[in-house]
Amino acid sequence: MPRRSEQRPGHAGTKTVVNVIDRKPTYLMAPALAWLTCFMVIPCLLILALAFFRRGIYGGIEYTFTLENVALVFDPLYAGIFLKSAWIAGLAAGVAVVIGYAAAYAIASMPRRYQPMLLFFAVLPFWSNYLVRTYAWIVLLNREGLITGLARWMGYEGEMPRLLYTEGAVVVGLIYNYLPFVILACYAPLSRLNPEISEASRDLGASGWTTFRRVTLPMTVAGIATGFVFVFVLSIGNFVTPALLGGGQFQMIGNLVYDQFLKSNDWPFGAALSMFLIAIMMGLLTLQTFATERASGGRVPQT
Amino acid sequence: MKTGLNGAATLTAVIALTGAAAQASDLVVSNWDGYMAPDAIEAFNAETGNAAELVLHATNEEIMGKLIASDGKGYDVVFVSSPFAEVLNNLGLTETLDPAKLPNLANLYPAAMELSHDPGNTFSVPYAWGTTGLCYRADMVSEAPDSWMDLLQPADDVSGKTTMLATDRWLLAAGQLAKGYSVNETDEAKMGEVRDLLIDAKGTLLAYDDTTFYAKLVSGEASLVHAWDGWCNYGIAENAEIKYTIPSEGSDLWVDTMVILKASENKDAAYDFINYILDADTHRWAAENILYKVPNQAAMDGLDPAVLEAYPNMGMAPEKMLKFEQLRDVGEAQRAYARLVSEIRAAD
Repeated sequence: MPRRSEQRPGHAGTKTVVNVIDRKPTYLMAPALAWLTCFMVIPCLLILALAFFRRGIYGGIEYTFTLENVALVFDPLYAGIFLKSAWIAGLAAGVAVVIGYAAAYAIASMPRRYQPMLLFFAVLPFWSNYLVRTYAWIVLLNREGLITGLARWMGYEGEMPRLLYTEGAVVVGLIYNYLPFVILACYAPLSRLNPEISEASRDLGASGWTTFRRVTLPMTVAGIATGFVFVFVLSIGNFVTPALLGGGQFQMIGNLVYDQFLKSNDWPFGAALSMFLIAIMMGLLTLQTFATERASGGRVPQT
Repeated sequence: MKTGLNGAATLTAVIALTGAAAQASDLVVSNWDGYMAPDAIEAFNAETGNAAELVLHATNEEIMGKLIASDGKGYDVVFVSSPFAEVLNNLGLTETLDPAKLPNLANLYPAAMELSHDPGNTFSVPYAWGTTGLCYRADMVSEAPDSWMDLLQPADDVSGKTTMLATDRWLLAAGQLAKGYSVNETDEAKMGEVRDLLIDAKGTLLAYDDTTFYAKLVSGEASLVHAWDGWCNYGIAENAEIKYTIPSEGSDLWVDTMVILKASENKDAAYDFINYILDADTHRWAAENILYKVPNQAAMDGLDPAVLEAYPNMGMAPEKMLKFEQLRDVGEAQRAYARLVSEIRAAD
């Protein structure tokens, strides 16, 4: 995943080049396509097929066709868990976009020679293990943790509000883990922005804020959409962060799927849930691709 | 009871196992990590001339998934908790045991031959057993807990500092016992009451926790936790203020067992292995090092008195434990249980 977004900055730039050298080396895609088909598409289809069979009484699969697993996804209980997950993922994505865009804007405004180093710092956390980073938050937030210790050291005597094992802790953990995606996604269009356009806007009498709102922002909205969708899609299926930082006190859809496969041995229902989760993710990614295409399509005449 | 639920650990174990189980070997034993002496397999091989190999599973569910998928092939002896042994037996995957090939069965307590999931040990041999109760910091609670309601409706000074086990059956069992129901109750109305009680309790919890609750007691993050006796002992080992108690409404009796797979092609070696584990000295290792009670009288009689003194629950009489009901396989009701737990987890 990190690779994909690291390559993003160059993505739109190479598009025109591809057109120039025509489509001859399509066969070079064959290994990647074969890999994806064998190890991703086919296994996914097999799992999805399970959704239409019955769970054996002791787990396992009974090969009788049924739609009950799919129907169960729409049960208010499970539909509610979907909505809750979407809310948490949306909140994390929204906050991450605000923080990430601001950071990307600041980086893009720096002298060119400092920018690679600043981006390097932004993605640095990615190079450590996801679990280690999440456990670090536990050390930080728990009742006897660093934050409480610091407050006590500064003379705070009262009972600290609970920080860990809350919805807030999960949202914070998700934002923290996926923020670099947003920074990279927003930095790409911001860094390609021709500074003369903003200068022109100011020459024509627009204030700094108006220039940002009416010129810079519309031209970089594709990066925001990309960042938002990435964080949303990665968050809604996440099960590690809710389990560790949420203390198991609320379930996200990822936990529910995990439980069906690894605890309840109810593969058919787990498959039905995953099917909807994958559908949501694919729908959003498709929308985002269209949005990006439109945005970059509108910019082509300028370059 | 062993249930390492950490996602990463499970995944790692899954990856490690898919390769390991396929290899040809005289005898394949699957067990939880660290659940027998590190040199047990080596010593067994040296003693009997076998070439046994140990593979690990992180959870009962994981090994069950594999055994069901492979019809029990690829494994000879597996360690599973009693409800899962029962399922394996119902599926016809377990070997009917021949007591003549297990002379060390004589070491077991008479009570260990009367377990409700398998009276007479016809398809499973108990490896470790114990209770589920309350583990607490005596220096952090104003009154020692003696009821499940002390956990489910905690006093003000404890509220927000309690944890409950997250595994479906034990989470529900706390509510079932508090209500005076069987830990295998499946009646919908009664289970609805249990769910409501547990949803109310959720608001007072610090977290659901299966793996680090004793560490939370040690650090002082929690002061009263729902715990297996053996795991409470890990807390006691670090802080003598930590105590274990069985609430007045009772507990479940959990039993981890060893079974031989019917599909095993090394049954003689499998019998030898179980017999080797039942040897007083081998079996005592688990009691002294994992701090779980073992149903082996010869092993427990030789236990270091210091262990009994430091961990009073290690000395609990088998007859007393046998009064508690075991978690049994509930068949189709398992899906209803899973749903109830989802309802509890999803509640605000």
